[in-house]
Amino acid sequence: MKPFLNQWLQQRGRSLVLGIPWFWLLLFFAVPFLILLRISVTDMGEGLDPFAPLVQTNDGEVTLHLKFSNYVSLLLDADAGWGQTLYVESYVLSVKYAFWTTVLCLFFGYPFAYFLARSAPHLRPLLLLLVMLPFWTSFLLRVYAWKGLLADQGVINNILMSLGLTQEPIQMLYTDVSMLVGMTYVYLPFMVLPLYANLVKMDNRLLEASQDLGATPWQTFWLITVPLSRSGIVAGSILVFIPCLGEFVIPSLLGGAENLMIGRVVWDEMFSSNNWPRASALSVFMIVGVVLPLAWYNQYVARKVEQERLG
Amino acid sequence: MNKRLLWVVMASLAVVACGKKEEPAAVAPVPAAVVNAEEKVLNVYNWPDYIAQDMIANFEKETGIKVNYQTFENNEALQAKLVAGNSGYDIVVPGSTFVKAQVEAGLLKKLDKSQIPNYKNLDPDLMSKLVGVDPNNEHVLPWAWSFTTVGINKAKVAKALGSTPMPENAWDLVFNPTYTSKLKSCGIAYLDSPTEVLPPALHYIGKNAYSDDAADHKAAGEMLAKVRKDIRLFSSTMIDDLAGGKACVALGWAGDINIAMTRSKENNSGHELEALLPKTGGLIFFDTLAVPADAKHPNNAMIFINYFLKPEVSAALTNELSYPTANKASLANVNADMAQNKTVFPDQATLAAMVPPAALGNAARESMTAVYTSFKKGK
Repeated sequence: MKPFLNQWLQQRGRSLVLGIPWFWLLLFFAVPFLILLRISVTDMGEGLDPFAPLVQTNDGEVTLHLKFSNYVSLLLDADAGWGQTLYVESYVLSVKYAFWTTVLCLFFGYPFAYFLARSAPHLRPLLLLLVMLPFWTSFLLRVYAWKGLLADQGVINNILMSLGLTQEPIQMLYTDVSMLVGMTYVYLPFMVLPLYANLVKMDNRLLEASQDLGATPWQTFWLITVPLSRSGIVAGSILVFIPCLGEFVIPSLLGGAENLMIGRVVWDEMFSSNNWPRASALSVFMIVGVVLPLAWYNQYVARKVEQERLG
Repeated sequence: MNKRLLWVVMASLAVVACGKKEEPAAVAPVPAAVVNAEEKVLNVYNWPDYIAQDMIANFEKETGIKVNYQTFENNEALQAKLVAGNSGYDIVVPGSTFVKAQVEAGLLKKLDKSQIPNYKNLDPDLMSKLVGVDPNNEHVLPWAWSFTTVGINKAKVAKALGSTPMPENAWDLVFNPTYTSKLKSCGIAYLDSPTEVLPPALHYIGKNAYSDDAADHKAAGEMLAKVRKDIRLFSSTMIDDLAGGKACVALGWAGDINIAMTRSKENNSGHELEALLPKTGGLIFFDTLAVPADAKHPNNAMIFINYFLKPEVSAALTNELSYPTANKASLANVNADMAQNKTVFPDQATLAAMVPPAALGNAARESMTAVYTSFKKGK
């Protein structure tokens, strides 16, 4: 029996191991995506039905209804013209916030990860634990805590006013500031961890060599460390940028009415308008908008690696 | 060494992943697990700040039924759960503008009035106002009712208006740029939902508050756009925002404004609040007790409804929260200061001037949402 199993594993093991992630991808990405795609080309439903059926049978006659106007209406406003819709505007705004959050996370996260990676090995688990510790508290509570800090009558304003630095409270809550502070705070560990994983593996001899050849520490950092940690920077940025783009909870707690991000728009279409087809079209649009550039980037990296290997 | 670090990072990422997964659960907790009809459990889904403090405890003591009590912040969220099905709730409290569609879609169970002997306590006049959204009063009965109106912080508004006298029509305070431009200094707050803001706006510009016509919605949107820059908050925590002084004028519910008044008295915050009675009328709404069609404990739900309709139980809600109920028999138990407050129990003439609730169709909701979203974003 045992040799038989071994033989079977030898033959099938590879596809078995590869099959698990494929199955995962199929079940939790491809199937839901197809469901979204299907809803996105239907009509709005009657009454409270969220969407109309795709295929209708009438006297033995089967009709397939495909409605693409859900996609058109994302981009075209009847009065204002192409690209002048709320969807485009809030998408652009979301990209902007996601971009600045990523930049801020990188700005604060890189020195942090660098320090972690350079600290004494026996201290690292403890320091890593400190990065992870906030996750032991509810995400909502942590975002709410920022409300208490940033509010007009909040901790920061009270301190500023009692020091006499300002007479009137400075409005920080419900502005771009509170949004970026909240998102940077929440997503910082997603930047630090991949960066750390990358930096800790770095070969110190390269840095010593650089020093021996007369480079200043600053030059070493920019010419050796940063280029070598590129894959960590990219991984961290992707981990921060993509969830930020669709962020719903942080803007609804810390953002003002003007900070309308695309996640909230999808919610509105779904729940307030009861227009599931358009909400689905919007989601498909967002997924494609993220997946295509990522796929392109992967290809680009793969090709480059191949070239370096050959060249 | 490297291997160990890899494990630490992987474990960290796993924790990260778990942390993320919990977010939606934290926003919209799922009710208790599946249970059979005999079990002494009742899952209630109500608005926040909307129940007398010890009602649940007393009900549990009297009936031995364990209550799981959760809250939602707007009708849209509740309706989405009902449409999705298997919400797990046995008692929900939809607003009257949403009831009709829910009844027609078969989302609500018919009430078993034979199990509700206290049904006789209900005021027939008020019940008749609900017939428009629930024919024959078969599916819902009022939990409480009130009206959408303008609430003010008296001293702050007087200071902000300066020499300008109070308008004759209270709606001007939130919809007329002459007033909003002065009041923005102390803060104007609106309710945060298309179905709460658009009807009063439509009513203000002289249209049917529950108009289905997209052109009407557009006109209301144009009116709203002129005051947009003066609005500080779109609030789903109106009571705190008024009681805490974040806003001095609110487009809100009379009941909430009265709660805020009580709360700021308790806190000695010195904010004197008042719900106004607009000359052209406020917009009446009912929040109704209903049982989802797929409720697992419908019999317990009837016991709960019957318990609520006891005069002293309904009266406790009014006394504590300044929301009137439709329980006529409870009036004897309502405190005198509450019973005489015209913003809690409006007199006949005021009541007659108010706009009764009506249903909103799918198309109307969609067009209102579009108008509201553009308005709120300030475009």
